Amino acid sequence: MAEAKVAPRPLSPHLQIYRWSWTMAMSVAHRLTGIALYGGIALFAIWLVCLAAGPGAFDAVQWFFGSPLGTLILFGYTWILMHHMLGGVRHLVWDFGYGMEAAQRIGMARLTLIGSVALTLAIWVVAFVAF
Amino acid sequence: MAQFTLPKNSQYTEGKSWPKPAGATNVQEFRIYRWNPDDGANPRIDTYYVDRDDCGPMVLDALLWIKNNVDSTLTFRRSCREGICGSCAMNIMGGNTLACTLGIDDCGDGAIKIYPLPHMPVLKDLVPDLTSFFAQHASIEPWLQTETAEPETEWRQTPEDRSKLDGLYECILCACCTTSCPSYWWNGDRFLGPAALLQAYRWLIDSRDENTGERLDNLHDPFRLYRCHTIMNCANTCPKGLNPAKAIAEIKKMMVARAV
Repeated sequence: MAEAKVAPRPLSPHLQIYRWSWTMAMSVAHRLTGIALYGGIALFAIWLVCLAAGPGAFDAVQWFFGSPLGTLILFGYTWILMHHMLGGVRHLVWDFGYGMEAAQRIGMARLTLIGSVALTLAIWVVAFVAF
Repeated sequence: MAQFTLPKNSQYTEGKSWPKPAGATNVQEFRIYRWNPDDGANPRIDTYYVDRDDCGPMVLDALLWIKNNVDSTLTFRRSCREGICGSCAMNIMGGNTLACTLGIDDCGDGAIKIYPLPHMPVLKDLVPDLTSFFAQHASIEPWLQTETAEPETEWRQTPEDRSKLDGLYECILCACCTTSCPSYWWNGDRFLGPAALLQAYRWLIDSRDENTGERLDNLHDPFRLYRCHTIMNCANTCPKGLNPAKAIAEIKKMMVARAV
Protein backbone atom coordinates (compact mmCIF):
# COMPACT_ATOMS: atom_id res chain seq x y z
CA MET A 1 0.00 0.00 0.00
CA ALA A 2 1.31 3.43 -0.89
CA GLU A 3 2.40 5.53 2.05
CA ALA A 4 0.18 8.60 2.56
CA LYS A 5 2.19 11.72 1.86
CA VAL A 6 1.97 14.14 4.78
CA ALA A 7 3.83 17.45 4.90
CA PRO A 8 6.16 17.92 7.90
CA ARG A 9 4.15 19.50 10.69
CA PRO A 10 4.67 23.20 11.28
CA LEU A 11 5.50 24.54 14.73
CA SER A 12 2.73 26.78 16.06
CA PRO A 13 3.72 30.43 16.72
CA HIS A 14 4.95 31.21 20.24
CA LEU A 15 7.00 34.33 21.11
CA GLN A 16 5.59 35.97 17.99
CA ILE A 17 2.02 35.93 19.28
CA TYR A 18 2.13 35.42 23.06
CA ARG A 19 0.84 38.32 25.13
CA TRP A 20 3.52 39.74 27.41
CA SER A 21 2.86 39.64 31.14
CA TRP A 22 4.75 41.47 33.87
CA THR A 23 6.17 38.27 35.30
CA MET A 24 7.35 37.12 31.85
CA ALA A 25 8.92 40.50 31.02
CA MET A 26 10.71 40.70 34.38
CA SER A 27 11.99 37.13 33.96
CA VAL A 28 13.53 38.12 30.62
CA ALA A 29 14.91 41.31 32.19
CA HIS A 30 16.47 39.26 35.00
CA ARG A 31 18.27 37.10 32.41
CA LEU A 32 19.47 40.08 30.37
CA THR A 33 20.68 42.05 33.39
CA GLY A 34 22.46 38.91 34.61
CA ILE A 35 24.35 38.68 31.33
CA ALA A 36 25.09 42.44 31.35
CA LEU A 37 26.65 42.12 34.82
CA TYR A 38 29.57 40.25 33.25
CA GLY A 39 30.32 43.44 31.30
CA GLY A 40 29.82 45.48 34.46
CA ILE A 41 32.31 43.51 36.50
CA ALA A 42 34.79 43.97 33.61
CA LEU A 43 34.50 47.75 34.16
CA PHE A 44 35.46 47.25 37.77
CA ALA A 45 38.34 44.94 36.79
CA ILE A 46 39.66 47.52 34.31
CA TRP A 47 39.56 50.17 37.05
CA LEU A 48 41.49 47.90 39.45
CA VAL A 49 44.09 47.00 36.83
CA CYS A 50 44.66 50.70 36.07
CA LEU A 51 44.93 51.41 39.79
CA ALA A 52 47.69 48.79 40.06
CA ALA A 53 49.42 49.92 36.87
CA GLY A 54 50.37 53.35 38.15
CA PRO A 55 49.37 57.03 38.22
CA GLY A 56 49.26 57.46 34.41
CA ALA A 57 46.85 54.62 33.80
CA PHE A 58 44.81 55.53 36.85
CA ASP A 59 44.41 59.14 35.68
CA ALA A 60 43.27 57.89 32.27
CA VAL A 61 40.63 55.54 33.66
CA GLN A 62 39.46 58.14 36.16
CA TRP A 63 39.12 60.63 33.34
CA PHE A 64 37.05 58.15 31.27
CA PHE A 65 34.69 57.19 34.09
CA GLY A 66 34.29 60.89 34.93
CA SER A 67 33.45 61.85 31.35
CA PRO A 68 29.78 62.14 30.28
CA LEU A 69 29.96 58.79 28.43
CA GLY A 70 31.70 57.07 31.34
CA THR A 71 29.18 58.47 33.80
CA LEU A 72 26.33 57.26 31.61
CA ILE A 73 27.82 53.76 31.46
CA LEU A 74 28.24 53.68 35.23
CA PHE A 75 24.67 54.93 35.68
CA GLY A 76 23.43 52.12 33.43
CA TYR A 77 25.54 49.58 35.30
CA THR A 78 24.05 50.78 38.60
CA TRP A 79 20.53 50.23 37.30
CA ILE A 80 21.40 46.78 35.92
CA LEU A 81 22.93 45.79 39.26
CA MET A 82 19.92 47.05 41.25
CA HIS A 83 17.45 45.39 38.88
CA HIS A 84 19.22 42.06 39.08
CA MET A 85 19.52 42.28 42.84
CA LEU A 86 15.81 42.99 43.33
CA GLY A 87 15.01 40.25 40.80
CA GLY A 88 17.08 37.86 42.89
CA VAL A 89 15.21 38.85 46.05
CA ARG A 90 11.90 38.36 44.22
CA HIS A 91 12.90 34.86 43.13
CA LEU A 92 14.11 34.05 46.65
CA VAL A 93 10.69 35.00 48.06
CA TRP A 94 8.95 32.90 45.39
CA ASP A 95 11.26 29.95 46.10
CA PHE A 96 9.91 29.97 49.67
CA GLY A 97 6.41 29.73 48.19
CA TYR A 98 5.31 33.25 49.14
CA GLY A 99 3.82 36.02 47.00
CA MET A 100 2.60 33.74 44.23
CA GLU A 101 -1.07 34.73 44.09
CA ALA A 102 -2.22 36.75 41.09
CA ALA A 103 -2.10 40.28 42.51
CA GLN A 104 1.05 39.56 44.54
CA ARG A 105 3.14 38.10 41.72
CA ILE A 106 2.30 40.92 39.30
CA GLY A 107 2.85 43.53 42.03
CA MET A 108 6.25 42.06 42.86
CA ALA A 109 7.26 42.03 39.20
CA ARG A 110 6.30 45.69 38.86
CA LEU A 111 8.09 46.53 42.09
CA THR A 112 11.31 45.12 40.64
CA LEU A 113 11.25 47.73 37.91
CA ILE A 114 10.05 50.64 40.04
CA GLY A 115 12.40 49.73 42.90
CA SER A 116 15.45 49.40 40.66
CA VAL A 117 14.88 52.83 39.10
CA ALA A 118 14.26 54.40 42.52
CA LEU A 119 17.37 52.79 44.07
CA THR A 120 19.54 53.83 41.11
CA LEU A 121 18.39 57.44 41.33
CA ALA A 122 18.89 57.44 45.11
CA ILE A 123 22.45 56.11 44.79
CA TRP A 124 23.35 58.75 42.22
CA VAL A 125 21.76 61.60 44.14
CA VAL A 126 23.77 60.57 47.20
CA ALA A 127 26.91 60.21 45.07
CA PHE A 128 26.55 63.68 43.57
CA VAL A 129 25.73 65.32 46.89
CA ALA A 130 28.50 63.56 48.82
CA PHE A 131 31.33 63.72 46.27
CA MET B 1 20.23 27.31 22.40
CA ALA B 2 16.60 28.14 22.03
CA GLN B 3 15.35 29.05 18.60
CA PHE B 4 13.27 32.20 18.99
CA THR B 5 12.06 32.36 15.39
CA LEU B 6 9.78 29.97 13.54
CA PRO B 7 11.27 27.37 11.17
CA LYS B 8 10.78 28.11 7.48
CA ASN B 9 7.86 25.73 7.00
CA SER B 10 6.06 27.27 10.00
CA GLN B 11 6.15 30.94 9.02
CA TYR B 12 2.61 32.08 8.34
CA THR B 13 1.32 34.38 5.65
CA GLU B 14 -1.81 36.43 5.04
CA GLY B 15 -4.58 34.06 3.93
CA LYS B 16 -8.05 34.31 2.53
CA SER B 17 -10.61 36.92 3.56
CA TRP B 18 -14.01 35.23 3.65
CA PRO B 19 -17.13 37.26 2.72
CA LYS B 20 -19.09 39.14 5.38
CA PRO B 21 -22.50 37.69 6.24
CA ALA B 22 -25.14 39.37 4.05
CA GLY B 23 -27.47 41.77 5.80
CA ALA B 24 -25.72 41.50 9.17
CA THR B 25 -25.39 44.72 11.18
CA ASN B 26 -23.46 43.45 14.22
CA VAL B 27 -20.31 41.86 12.78
CA GLN B 28 -17.18 40.67 14.61
CA GLU B 29 -13.93 40.03 12.73
CA PHE B 30 -11.87 36.90 13.48
CA ARG B 31 -8.33 36.20 12.27
CA ILE B 32 -7.64 32.49 12.53
CA TYR B 33 -4.53 30.33 11.98
CA ARG B 34 -5.01 27.73 9.23
CA TRP B 35 -2.78 24.89 8.12
CA ASN B 36 -3.77 22.03 5.88
CA PRO B 37 -1.46 18.97 5.84
CA ASP B 38 -2.71 18.05 2.36
CA ASP B 39 -1.75 21.10 0.28
CA GLY B 40 1.93 21.44 1.27
CA ALA B 41 1.64 25.20 1.73
CA ASN B 42 2.78 27.23 4.74
CA PRO B 43 0.28 28.18 7.46
CA ARG B 44 -1.88 31.23 6.77
CA ILE B 45 -4.14 33.59 8.68
CA ASP B 46 -7.70 33.63 7.34
CA THR B 47 -10.17 36.43 8.08
CA TYR B 48 -13.78 35.63 8.95
CA TYR B 49 -16.77 37.79 9.85
CA VAL B 50 -19.34 36.49 12.33
CA ASP B 51 -22.92 37.78 12.65
CA ARG B 52 -23.13 38.43 16.41
CA ASP B 53 -26.95 38.59 16.27
CA ASP B 54 -27.04 35.00 15.00
CA CYS B 55 -24.27 33.59 17.22
CA GLY B 56 -23.86 32.54 20.87
CA PRO B 57 -21.80 34.59 23.34
CA MET B 58 -18.59 32.53 23.56
CA VAL B 59 -15.57 32.34 21.26
CA LEU B 60 -16.35 28.64 20.73
CA ASP B 61 -19.84 29.64 19.53
CA ALA B 62 -18.19 31.88 16.94
CA LEU B 63 -15.90 29.08 15.74
CA LEU B 64 -18.89 26.76 15.38
CA TRP B 65 -20.82 29.54 13.60
CA ILE B 66 -17.96 29.90 11.10
CA LYS B 67 -17.79 26.13 10.60
CA ASN B 68 -21.56 25.90 10.08
CA ASN B 69 -22.09 29.01 7.96
CA VAL B 70 -18.85 30.05 6.25
CA ASP B 71 -16.11 27.43 6.03
CA SER B 72 -16.78 23.81 6.99
CA THR B 73 -13.06 22.95 6.68
CA LEU B 74 -12.08 25.01 9.77
CA THR B 75 -10.73 22.39 12.18
CA PHE B 76 -10.59 22.54 15.99
CA ARG B 77 -11.22 20.29 18.98
CA ARG B 78 -14.26 20.80 21.17
CA SER B 79 -16.55 18.66 23.26
CA CYS B 80 -18.22 19.70 26.50
CA ARG B 81 -18.61 23.46 25.80
CA GLU B 82 -18.54 24.15 29.55
CA GLY B 83 -14.87 24.21 30.56
CA ILE B 84 -14.50 20.69 31.93
CA CYS B 85 -13.10 18.63 29.04
CA GLY B 86 -10.21 20.89 28.06
CA SER B 87 -10.54 20.12 24.34
CA CYS B 88 -10.95 23.65 22.98
CA ALA B 89 -7.73 25.04 24.52
CA MET B 90 -6.16 27.52 22.11
CA ASN B 91 -4.35 30.86 22.00
CA ILE B 92 -6.91 33.66 21.86
CA MET B 93 -5.78 37.31 21.86
CA GLY B 94 -2.28 36.24 22.87
CA GLY B 95 -3.24 34.14 25.90
CA ASN B 96 -3.99 30.44 26.23
CA THR B 97 -7.50 29.64 27.35
CA LEU B 98 -10.62 27.62 26.61
CA ALA B 99 -12.68 28.95 23.70
CA CYS B 100 -15.87 27.77 25.44
CA THR B 101 -15.40 29.81 28.62
CA LEU B 102 -14.11 33.03 27.05
CA GLY B 103 -16.80 35.50 26.01
CA ILE B 104 -16.47 37.28 22.66
CA ASP B 105 -17.23 40.52 24.53
CA ASP B 106 -14.19 39.91 26.79
CA CYS B 107 -11.73 39.85 23.87
CA GLY B 108 -11.44 43.63 23.61
CA ASP B 109 -11.85 45.78 20.52
CA GLY B 110 -10.84 44.89 16.99
CA ALA B 111 -10.25 41.55 15.30
CA ILE B 112 -10.06 38.49 17.55
CA LYS B 113 -6.87 36.57 16.78
CA ILE B 114 -6.83 32.81 17.31
CA TYR B 115 -3.83 30.48 17.07
CA PRO B 116 -3.21 26.88 18.15
CA LEU B 117 -1.54 26.34 21.54
CA PRO B 118 1.98 27.83 21.17
CA HIS B 119 5.17 25.98 20.19
CA MET B 120 3.48 22.67 19.39
CA PRO B 121 3.48 20.56 16.22
CA VAL B 122 0.27 21.35 14.32
CA LEU B 123 -1.90 18.51 13.00
CA LYS B 124 -4.37 20.82 11.27
CA ASP B 125 -5.58 24.40 11.84
CA LEU B 126 -6.15 24.83 15.60
CA VAL B 127 -5.38 21.19 16.48
CA PRO B 128 -1.94 20.63 18.09
CA ASP B 129 -0.25 17.26 18.58
CA LEU B 130 -0.46 16.58 22.34
CA THR B 131 1.18 13.12 22.27
CA SER B 132 4.29 14.28 24.12
CA PHE B 133 2.23 16.29 26.63
CA PHE B 134 0.20 13.23 27.65
CA ALA B 135 3.29 11.00 27.68
CA GLN B 136 4.86 13.41 30.17
CA HIS B 137 1.73 13.26 32.30
CA ALA B 138 1.91 9.44 32.24
CA SER B 139 5.58 9.60 33.30
CA ILE B 140 4.67 11.03 36.72
CA GLU B 141 2.48 7.93 37.31
CA PRO B 142 -0.76 9.75 38.15
CA TRP B 143 -2.42 7.09 40.29
CA LEU B 144 -2.50 6.08 43.96
CA GLN B 145 0.53 3.99 44.94
CA THR B 146 0.57 2.16 48.27
CA GLU B 147 2.65 -0.35 50.24
CA THR B 148 0.26 -1.32 53.01
CA ALA B 149 -2.43 -3.94 52.52
CA GLU B 150 -5.52 -2.66 50.77
CA PRO B 151 -8.27 -1.81 53.27
CA GLU B 152 -11.56 -3.67 53.08
CA THR B 153 -13.47 -0.49 52.32
CA GLU B 154 -11.94 2.69 50.92
CA TRP B 155 -8.64 4.45 51.72
CA ARG B 156 -9.52 6.89 54.50
CA GLN B 157 -8.51 10.54 54.49
CA THR B 158 -9.21 13.32 56.98
CA PRO B 159 -11.04 16.45 55.75
CA GLU B 160 -7.84 18.42 56.43
CA ASP B 161 -5.74 16.11 54.26
CA ARG B 162 -8.41 16.08 51.59
CA SER B 163 -8.39 19.88 51.49
CA LYS B 164 -4.70 19.79 50.48
CA LEU B 165 -5.87 18.52 47.09
CA ASP B 166 -8.01 21.60 46.46
CA GLY B 167 -6.55 23.72 43.69
CA LEU B 168 -4.88 20.61 42.24
CA TYR B 169 -7.56 18.01 41.50
CA GLU B 170 -9.47 20.53 39.35
CA CYS B 171 -6.82 20.39 36.60
CA ILE B 172 -8.42 19.20 33.34
CA LEU B 173 -5.12 18.73 31.41
CA CYS B 174 -6.07 21.23 28.71
CA ALA B 175 -2.34 22.08 28.21
CA CYS B 176 -2.91 25.86 28.37
CA CYS B 177 -0.28 26.27 31.11
CA THR B 178 2.35 23.96 29.67
CA THR B 179 2.20 25.57 26.22
CA SER B 180 2.36 29.08 27.74
CA CYS B 181 5.69 28.34 29.41
CA PRO B 182 8.82 29.69 27.66
CA SER B 183 10.94 27.10 29.48
CA TYR B 184 8.73 24.43 27.95
CA TRP B 185 9.01 26.09 24.54
CA TRP B 186 12.81 25.81 24.64
CA ASN B 187 13.16 22.52 26.55
CA GLY B 188 9.82 20.73 26.13
CA ASP B 189 11.54 17.46 25.27
CA ARG B 190 13.08 17.20 28.74
CA PHE B 191 11.21 19.63 31.04
CA LEU B 192 7.91 18.10 32.20
CA GLY B 193 6.06 21.42 32.12
CA PRO B 194 3.59 22.97 34.61
CA ALA B 195 0.60 20.65 34.01
CA ALA B 196 2.51 17.39 34.58
CA LEU B 197 4.30 18.91 37.60
CA LEU B 198 1.05 20.16 39.16
CA GLN B 199 -0.28 16.62 38.75
CA ALA B 200 2.92 15.24 40.27
CA TYR B 201 2.42 17.48 43.33
CA ARG B 202 -1.22 16.37 43.56
CA TRP B 203 0.06 12.81 44.27
CA LEU B 204 3.04 13.93 46.36
CA ILE B 205 0.83 15.58 48.99
CA ASP B 206 -1.96 13.01 48.91
CA SER B 207 -1.96 11.59 52.46
CA ARG B 208 -2.98 8.15 51.11
CA ASP B 209 -0.05 7.85 48.69
CA GLU B 210 2.96 5.95 50.03
CA ASN B 211 5.43 6.39 47.19
CA THR B 212 6.53 9.98 47.90
CA GLY B 213 10.24 9.18 47.97
CA GLU B 214 10.32 7.52 44.57
CA ARG B 215 8.12 10.20 43.09
CA LEU B 216 10.63 12.83 44.25
CA ASP B 217 13.53 10.73 42.94
CA ASN B 218 11.87 10.67 39.54
CA LEU B 219 11.67 14.47 39.51
CA HIS B 220 15.16 15.09 40.89
CA ASP B 221 16.64 16.12 37.56
CA PRO B 222 18.05 19.38 36.19
CA PHE B 223 15.43 19.37 33.44
CA ARG B 224 12.27 17.51 34.52
CA LEU B 225 11.62 19.79 37.50
CA TYR B 226 14.30 22.45 37.64
CA ARG B 227 13.77 24.02 34.22
CA CYS B 228 10.97 25.94 35.93
CA HIS B 229 12.35 29.47 36.34
CA THR B 230 9.18 30.90 37.92
CA ILE B 231 8.14 32.87 34.85
CA MET B 232 4.52 32.28 35.99
CA ASN B 233 2.87 32.34 32.59
CA CYS B 234 1.25 29.07 33.70
CA ALA B 235 -0.53 30.64 36.67
CA ASN B 236 -1.41 33.74 34.66
CA THR B 237 -3.10 31.74 31.91
CA CYS B 238 -4.81 28.75 33.63
CA PRO B 239 -8.50 28.85 32.59
CA LYS B 240 -9.44 27.03 35.81
CA GLY B 241 -7.66 29.60 38.00
CA LEU B 242 -5.11 27.09 39.34
CA ASN B 243 -1.51 27.88 40.26
CA PRO B 244 0.97 25.37 38.77
CA ALA B 245 3.90 27.71 39.61
CA LYS B 246 3.05 27.41 43.31
CA ALA B 247 2.73 23.62 43.05
CA ILE B 248 6.19 23.48 41.46
CA ALA B 249 7.62 25.73 44.19
CA GLU B 250 6.15 23.31 46.78
CA ILE B 251 7.85 20.35 45.05
CA LYS B 252 11.18 22.22 45.13
CA LYS B 253 10.62 22.85 48.85
CA MET B 254 9.96 19.12 49.41
CA MET B 255 13.24 18.38 47.64
CA VAL B 256 15.12 20.69 50.01
CA ALA B 257 13.22 19.46 53.08
CA ARG B 258 14.18 15.82 52.50
CA ALA B 259 17.84 16.74 51.81
CA VAL B 260 18.46 18.65 55.06
